Amino acid sequence: MNLTRRHFLVLVPAAAVAWDSVVAGTPEAAPNYKTSEHWWGMLVDIEKCIGCGSCVRACAKENNVPDGYYRTWVERYRITEMNGVESIQVDSPDGGMNGFPEVNEPGVKAFFVPKMCNHCADSPCTQVCPVGATFVSPDGVVLIDEKYCLGCRYCIQACPYGCRFLHPEKHVAQKCTLCYHRIVQGLTTACCENCPTGARQLADLKNPNDPIHEFLRHHSVQVLKPHLATGAKLFYNGLDGVVR
Amino acid sequence: MKLKDAAHLFRLAGVFGVGFLLFLVVRTQLVPKSFGQYGHYRGDALTEVRAQPISYAGHEACEACHSDVLDVKSKGKHARVNCETCHGPLAKHADDPVDVNPAKLDVATLCVRCHEASTAKPRQFPQVVSTEHSAGLACNECHTPHSPALEGGKK
Repeated sequence: MNLTRRHFLVLVPAAAVAWDSVVAGTPEAAPNYKTSEHWWGMLVDIEKCIGCGSCVRACAKENNVPDGYYRTWVERYRITEMNGVESIQVDSPDGGMNGFPEVNEPGVKAFFVPKMCNHCADSPCTQVCPVGATFVSPDGVVLIDEKYCLGCRYCIQACPYGCRFLHPEKHVAQKCTLCYHRIVQGLTTACCENCPTGARQLADLKNPNDPIHEFLRHHSVQVLKPHLATGAKLFYNGLDGVVR
Repeated sequence: MKLKDAAHLFRLAGVFGVGFLLFLVVRTQLVPKSFGQYGHYRGDALTEVRAQPISYAGHEACEACHSDVLDVKSKGKHARVNCETCHGPLAKHADDPVDVNPAKLDVATLCVRCHEASTAKPRQFPQVVSTEHSAGLACNECHTPHSPALEGGKK
């Protein structure tokens, strides 16, 4: 399938040039985008997530994510307590893409947790790459250089959040790009655009007018696995302590 | 010490020198120009990632033409649900509104994606058990999707 990859890499820039000239309703074209003026993260409000899977579907369509692989997915946590002992069950059928079949269990604490790349400022995945194929961009997005990636899978093992996978045909590591191709145009990510409840919100931490700052002032947010000091920028509101 | 005795050392230094020069030449050939532009990676990779075409036009693009729908939607319960969440990725339609038309939607699958009752959903979110809720009537027999609240204030 190397031929497809080659074609892809040739066609994509051509398509982009064509796209730039004809696109209607694009708020801001990429040339005006300055990497030094942004520092991207995301806010996930667990209390708003309904587990509809719109984000997972949108991500797959926007980024041509191969079947069975997910750049973002939704987990359902079900916690039962019996005689003081907690039992935790986590499921994510098809990444939550088609919603979750209802399980009728009385007395269960249940909630959804959307997951994706945490776009860590001190990311373990970029530190282990032997060839400089993955990196934190100047605007705080962890990206992969598909031309440089050897497919050695070291980064996949290093990511503490399990956010990376090896593309089955291209044989390069892939992950959430925070829809970098969209945010440089002034659009939001595909998952945020399609979240019906506003549970996900793209956040520009360098922009003082971004609503994230107002939100952070009035809410207690948490990141996943804070003890690893990864500098994760995926902030969760209403995160239960059992979530890993 | 005579210089003649050290000749083999000069030869060795020469070999190292040539080797080093060869290394520099090969390195400049192999390392892309943009490597190191921002850090220990190829700066052009940023441009390549950016070049990916978009599939979802974004609600601003939809609203630029469909202001009539926006008027209805912005007053209703679905004000903050963006167009493409239900209608699907339509950047191609935004690009070519005449020839590329969105597919008709199936309310039977769309509405329950969000509104089917589940213990894991936030309690304040409106949920129904679809098999018991409408006695087989389609959702849009009573509710209009762009502003789904029923007249009389009931959700």
